[in-house]
Amino acid sequence: MTWQDTLLKVAIIVGQSLALLVALLVFIAYILLADRKIWAAVQLRRGPNVVGPLGLFQSFADLLKFVLKEPVVPSGANKALFLLAPLVTCVLALAAWVAVPIADGWVIADLNVGILYIFAISSLGVYGIIMAGWASNSKYPFLAALRSAAQMVSYEVSIGFVIITVLMCAGSQNLSRIVEAQDGPLGLLNWYFLPLLPMFVIFFVSALAETNRPPFDLVEAESELVAGFMTEYGSTPYLLFMLGEYVAIMTMCAMGTILFLGGWLSPLPFAPFTWVPGLVWFVLKLCFMFFLFAMAKAMVPRYRYDQLMRLGWKVFLPISLVAVVVVAGVLHFTGTAPR
Amino acid sequence: MSVAAAFFYLFAGVLVASAFMVIASRNPVHSVLFLILCFVNAAGLFILIGAEFLGLILIVVYVGAVAVLFLFVVMMLDVDFVELRQGFLQYLPIGVLIGVIFLAELVLVVGSWATSSTIATVPAIAEATSHLTNTQQLGRVLYTEYVYFFEAAGMVLLVAMIGAIVLTLRHKPNVKRQNISDQVARTPEQAMEVVKVRPGQGI
Repeated sequence: MTWQDTLLKVAIIVGQSLALLVALLVFIAYILLADRKIWAAVQLRRGPNVVGPLGLFQSFADLLKFVLKEPVVPSGANKALFLLAPLVTCVLALAAWVAVPIADGWVIADLNVGILYIFAISSLGVYGIIMAGWASNSKYPFLAALRSAAQMVSYEVSIGFVIITVLMCAGSQNLSRIVEAQDGPLGLLNWYFLPLLPMFVIFFVSALAETNRPPFDLVEAESELVAGFMTEYGSTPYLLFMLGEYVAIMTMCAMGTILFLGGWLSPLPFAPFTWVPGLVWFVLKLCFMFFLFAMAKAMVPRYRYDQLMRLGWKVFLPISLVAVVVVAGVLHFTGTAPR
Repeated sequence: MSVAAAFFYLFAGVLVASAFMVIASRNPVHSVLFLILCFVNAAGLFILIGAEFLGLILIVVYVGAVAVLFLFVVMMLDVDFVELRQGFLQYLPIGVLIGVIFLAELVLVVGSWATSSTIATVPAIAEATSHLTNTQQLGRVLYTEYVYFFEAAGMVLLVAMIGAIVLTLRHKPNVKRQNISDQVARTPEQAMEVVKVRPGQGI
């Protein structure tokens, strides 16, 4: 391979990454708006409706506001770590998207262990929070850091077991292969959400806890911890935290879509529906998953910390552990295990 | 210089530098964070030689869980680390001894790789089954050839876990606890009583 070939390859990868990044960030801007609109609708409010038609430019106005403000670093803070923490959160959250197939063959890195890659990257998200909480040199952020460390580690375990059940059914760790394994004549009845329904529920609830979304937002519980680990942050670093949080939520939505809702596959496998590009189906399913996240935020009261830990260790862990054994047994004895 | 070599030197350089910073930095939290950087770069090296499963498992297990607990403990400890450094020279001989043993072992491993004929055939075996993915190859070895050792390792970990729980579990007598199954099983009849109160009589 000559150096021109190498350069071309690198240029293509950079181009693809930039395209995905821009599309993702614009999508996130509207997901943020949708979150606020859904929340408002549940509470019979209008939500943001001033900036642009129907408030459609609200997120961009917020972006400008955050970027133009002065970043304040507390005098007792560990400056390097204080500013590194939001970067870590945001960069790690964005890095997970490199392995997400958004349509048939539309993936920057078609990794053999794609699901493991996303799982590993999302498990690193806790570091942004711990570093922020410690470096702020303040009580409430520190308490939030301790909470998050325990919470995110506990729910990773059950997400791991849920992923294992799906992997056993699909017979591959490659995300594209997992989606293809759900393809079949029955359309949406072939997807894994139906045979693995309890796992889908566990995955959804664990994803809420993993991304610190309500009802598990104990890391930033404003009634107890002011704003949790973000108390001392403002301006662009705060923006990076919010961005990282929402990108992580979208990653979890994408994972739910790929593992349980058939990724880019059409729900009805006949003519007019199969003409629709896979990207459209993927985005629609992503929006559906996010709607569930937003409704959970609007409707469910916050958990107490001991209840959260009980749910993770005493309910989800045993259920998912038994499910792994049951799914393995069923696949083995009915001879439906993938070769 | 190929791209892979460039990445190798990047990962290896950062790995060695951050490993040095683990012992050199004054703040213990910084040490743990450098240790995490170390783990991530080691995972990068694993992926570079084609062991992507091992590399990512290193991140999931060590960086995602073990190092979080390290950080958790180190942050909560309130130790005067200046005082802790007083006996540095006292422990120096032991440290040097362990370092020398470690170096000797490394030399032995690399030396046997260069001279022994059995170790040299290992890449050939991996080559023969290279149509399988990394995960499948590891799974075959662990769950067919070495299944008893693998299960025994699991049992050792289980025993260690149970031991840790037994050592630290203390039932405090005067603590009120929430029993959720009791709460769910409670019926309206048990919880309340409907009383007809006549005027002027009370209950």
